[in-house]
Amino acid sequence: MLDVKHIREDFPILRRTVHGKPLVYLDNAATTQKPRQVIEALVGYYSRSNANIHRGIHALAEEATAAYEGARERTARFLHAPSERGIVFTRNATEAINLVAQSWGRANLKPGDEILLTEMEHHANLVPWQMVAKATGAQLAFIGISDDGRLKLEEYEQKLTRKTKLVAFTHMSNVLGTINPVADIAARARRMGALTLVDAAQSAPHLPLDVQALGCDVLVCSAHKMLGPTGVGVLYAKEELLERMDPFLGGGEMISDVWLTHATWNEIPWKFEAGTPNIADVIAFGVALDYLDRIGMPAIRAHERELTAYAMKRLQELKDITLYGPPAGEDRGGAISFNLEGLHPHDVGTALDHEGVAIRAGHHCAKPLMRRLGVAATARASVALYNTTEEIDRLIEAIDAARRFFQRSIKVAA
Amino acid sequence: MDQLDELYRDVILDHFKQPRHHGPLADATLTVEGTNPLCGDEMTLWLRLDGGRIQAASFGGKGCAISQAAGSMLTEQLQGLTLTEAKALVETLKGLMQGQEPPAELDLGDLESLAGVRKFPVRVKCAALSWNVLEQALKGDTQHTADSTQNTPKPLK
Repeated sequence: MLDVKHIREDFPILRRTVHGKPLVYLDNAATTQKPRQVIEALVGYYSRSNANIHRGIHALAEEATAAYEGARERTARFLHAPSERGIVFTRNATEAINLVAQSWGRANLKPGDEILLTEMEHHANLVPWQMVAKATGAQLAFIGISDDGRLKLEEYEQKLTRKTKLVAFTHMSNVLGTINPVADIAARARRMGALTLVDAAQSAPHLPLDVQALGCDVLVCSAHKMLGPTGVGVLYAKEELLERMDPFLGGGEMISDVWLTHATWNEIPWKFEAGTPNIADVIAFGVALDYLDRIGMPAIRAHERELTAYAMKRLQELKDITLYGPPAGEDRGGAISFNLEGLHPHDVGTALDHEGVAIRAGHHCAKPLMRRLGVAATARASVALYNTTEEIDRLIEAIDAARRFFQRSIKVAA
Repeated sequence: MDQLDELYRDVILDHFKQPRHHGPLADATLTVEGTNPLCGDEMTLWLRLDGGRIQAASFGGKGCAISQAAGSMLTEQLQGLTLTEAKALVETLKGLMQGQEPPAELDLGDLESLAGVRKFPVRVKCAALSWNVLEQALKGDTQHTADSTQNTPKPLK
């Protein structure tokens, strides 16, 4: 059991009120809140160690470089990557996917090749492949989803062919909460000679990740969804893949030597980090990973699984509600999308906000999935390690209040 | 929920629950569709134009109470307006979202009730979808999709 009361004390923002009510933050799939340890790491870096890295010969530069490269090593440990050489820092998970699409995709895809995606992808794991498909003549193919929001694995079996060069898919859907069987999907792709890219933006903050056990070639995640600062994405890729890939962006830091007309590349991972990186935020991200691992990802998963089951049970007890995604269980994470009959999610979101309850409403950057579900938008509550069952009760009360508000009798002049 | 009453005034909920001029106009001479890419809301506007005058207007689409009520109130107000008057109405509604007083001579009808939306910056785009679609229609630009995040006045701080 998590000591949630103690954990909450680490998050200053959870003490604030919104519209006069204590904040209930259930928009964790968009971004998580930050513990004071992460905030202090940012302030501490700028107060004591700020310097540019990899080039200075003074004490501050050495400290900053050690802290930045320490965070890389820390990230490798968090993901159970074989070495920090496979960890590249980007601006966000989206940029990490674009890096692979541009650097690997443009050089390796040709007409007749296929990129296999799923119907539940975030735009970040869809649009970069549309762009590279257009540029190379490769085709996109899609694994459909069942009505309970799971991937149709029999369809995967059919669509995975020798033409498939890459299978790119989400570990956990940001809309449905579905946790996909990564190891199984990756093993089948490997047998067919295709690479796998896992979008772990939603799963990384919520469950233990082991890239070697998963057997994927590439995995991306996002610091700000993992208690870390905004502006940092992580690209993990197998070292031999990174070695084979050309750089994504050119500039300082990513070179070995430069002449007027050409240049040679730095070693991995620095080959993919052109220009001064986001030093402070990467260092603070390392502290966020310390925080997550100190509590323990298995314990976080167990707590959130209970919360998810409780929230789904309470929501299902409401009248005229539609819940999307699989039932609570082993393959279900804590992003819970729903719609209330006769009420648009934006109106629900605004009404809940006035009760201090923060949720997301909209298409969640997954418009093809919205079309598959037959809706324009959904409301979404998403939990994190610091949420409580009392907060779920507040969500339910706020939904009741919203319903009463919109169903009130209205008076208008004739 | 007192603060919400300002946004969802009774007249707005009335238009949402019983939209006027809803659904395709059989003899429309102009049809324009718009979406709000931020939220996915969709709106179609049907206009029957004759001699520089909007003889009839209707709307349809999927969206929140604010966007749907705005569509209903706007089409209500458009009936019989000249194109010049309709353009002036669009400008006035944009100004309303910036906190400007509408000119005394211009009748906004129920649209006046949207003044409360400007206190909810994230919801301004919901109301603006309807008149951004109208603006596209008035430009004769039926090829492009109106985007309610474009040309939307900056909300009040």
